[in-house]
Amino acid sequence: MKRLRAVVVKELRQVRRDPFSLAMLIGLPAFMLVLYGFALNFDVRHVRLAVQDLDYSAASRELVSAFTHSTYFDLVATPGAGQALDALLERRVARAVLVIPVGYGHDLATGRVAPVQLLLDGADSTTATTVLGYARALVSEQNVAIQAATLLRAGVRARPVLDLEPRVLFNPELESTQFLVPGLIGFLLMLTAVLSTALSVVREKERGTMEQLRVAPLRTWELIVGKTVPYLGISLVATFIILLAARVLFGVVIRGPYLDLLGAVLLYLFGALGFGLFISTVANTQLLAFQAGLIASLLPAILLSGFIFQIRIMPGWLQVLTYLVPARYFLVILRGIILKGEGLATYWPQVGALVLYALAVVALASARLARREA
Amino acid sequence: MHVLWRVIVKEFLQIRRDRRMIPVIFVAPIVQVVVFGFAVNTDVTDVPTVLVDQDRSAASRDLARRFVESGYFEIVGSEERADAVDRWLVTSRAQMGLVIPSGFGAALAAGRAAALQIVADGSDAASANVALGYAGALASGYGAELAQRRLAGTSLPAAGRIELVPRVFYNPDLKSRWFYVPAVLAMILMVMTLLLSAMGVVREKEIGTMEQIMVTPIRPWQLLVGKLAPFAVIGLVQTVLATAVTVFGFGVPLRGSFALLLALSLLFILSTLGLGLLVSTVVQNQQQAMMAAAFGAMIPMVYLSGLIFPIENMPPAIQAVTYVIPLRYYAEIIRGVFLRGSGLGVLWPEATVLLGMGVAILTVASLRFRKRLD
Repeated sequence: MKRLRAVVVKELRQVRRDPFSLAMLIGLPAFMLVLYGFALNFDVRHVRLAVQDLDYSAASRELVSAFTHSTYFDLVATPGAGQALDALLERRVARAVLVIPVGYGHDLATGRVAPVQLLLDGADSTTATTVLGYARALVSEQNVAIQAATLLRAGVRARPVLDLEPRVLFNPELESTQFLVPGLIGFLLMLTAVLSTALSVVREKERGTMEQLRVAPLRTWELIVGKTVPYLGISLVATFIILLAARVLFGVVIRGPYLDLLGAVLLYLFGALGFGLFISTVANTQLLAFQAGLIASLLPAILLSGFIFQIRIMPGWLQVLTYLVPARYFLVILRGIILKGEGLATYWPQVGALVLYALAVVALASARLARREA
Repeated sequence: MHVLWRVIVKEFLQIRRDRRMIPVIFVAPIVQVVVFGFAVNTDVTDVPTVLVDQDRSAASRDLARRFVESGYFEIVGSEERADAVDRWLVTSRAQMGLVIPSGFGAALAAGRAAALQIVADGSDAASANVALGYAGALASGYGAELAQRRLAGTSLPAAGRIELVPRVFYNPDLKSRWFYVPAVLAMILMVMTLLLSAMGVVREKEIGTMEQIMVTPIRPWQLLVGKLAPFAVIGLVQTVLATAVTVFGFGVPLRGSFALLLALSLLFILSTLGLGLLVSTVVQNQQQAMMAAAFGAMIPMVYLSGLIFPIENMPPAIQAVTYVIPLRYYAEIIRGVFLRGSGLGVLWPEATVLLGMGVAILTVASLRFRKRLD
């Protein structure tokens, strides 16, 4: 126990001597949360819209004002007839161009179908998809109004046909920060745990101090535990900071039991630290350890965990691969505890998967370490 | 010139000697583009949905069929009671519930408004948002059809109808992959060149070989150019590899000139190499270099460049910050050359800014670098 403490103290001293890295590890979570909170926004507003109104009737002006008054669109140009419209898109003057052909008002007044064209810049497909959705909604609203007005002229009151009532559970306002926090914790814990463990071991190898540790009267497990415990502590502090920042800045409240949250985080960290150790047994240089950590743990925690990108629409072989990503299970548990107010028991399959993962990587890392000792 | 050549050769030798770096440099970009390209997909389809059909009429079955046939929803289970849906959402077995209350068909037949409920899991706000939009569009389209049918049998005047005809340029099917895969290419290029240049210098410092180089009769600029030129070459090779995967693996069209893409990538590499060098003059060891490169440069650049998240959606203060981010301009270039087929005639402002930024950053970095050498 005394030797274990000595390793922990040594490691902590080393961390303290490098305040820059420590500040990064601890200050980073809040920074990332703010960055994500502002950058990840699903409402597309102020879309640059150009309008080519060739009809110039009362009806066409009404359609244009329906677009420009919706707050989704900002009118940036009104090209005349014969002007090249695709140049507006290519030069990114506008993201969308609404073209109202001659005869639009007449067609509507005589009860016919009046086509209008919407040219979209598809190079940014996500924005274009959203913009198309807005435009469709605006047009269908206009159609309802036109129908009601026509009926009213005939002396009939229009009645709604379908009454759709949407109910959103767990995050009624659909705020992006609510859903970001769990995913971000999964990512940041991977970062602090995997990278700092891997780097701290590889650094000793690179500087040649590992051999000194080897000849010291230390058992392997003491060295391992002693090296990982400080980073476990740092990771927990980082988790606390991100939860606090989420609460203060974005009003994200933890609805489930705190103890279950701590349990889930510890379980996940156990696996992450084990994976960091495993990397350190493979890599010889810090650059390589960093790259390996990045590719094998950080990127999967963002890409293959279901955080932003849905697993069920990935190709089959990639879906199989996601079963090896602990963040996948952790995310379901965290969303459950933080947003849905559930406990660990609800998510026993995911908890089981995390336990298996942790046991497997720790066993793998120890086996490799033991072989190097022999 | 001879001295410069020697430094370049030394740098290449060093890269070659570290055998594990070769796969990291040349295989990793390909693997990353492939995995990212398949994983990164924000199309919302087959949303797992629980159906609660309490009406069990022809009309309710018709509506449920429309949801399934749209391709956006997939029925994964059915329940008798509306509140049973919550359990499916809590355990993440479904993301949405479609509740058709009893009396739905009767209300429709009697010409009254028929109620319909959608329950969504807001803990995944991004896809819930899109799925709710689809559900709303489906319901309103169905409603409009029913209303038309009702009016058709009467002597009431026909109402005109606006028909929105979208025409999407550059990415007609709005495939999100066409948007993301070129973005991945830009990210890989940035990560690799920035990291290599940040680590290349710091490693020599850490190992102690920097002092050996400094006592040789080499001028600072020769050392700098000699160290950075190999990284630029590696960056260009990676661009070629990643472009090949993007075009041949994912079928993303390269509509502009490949030579232009390479030339403008080189301009971008100037900035990233400069930033890496700048990082190396600030930090003391490799761990700090990696952290500073990753979190001081790479992550903010990805989020604030418009590469993935549209700049228009950000608050004005943050939008102002994006103008100093080199990746912002490279993101426009990548999209312009790949999808819009733009040439220098359209992209010259971005190219000019990148050139200016690259020269400025490199100058500042080398001034700082020289000071430390003296």
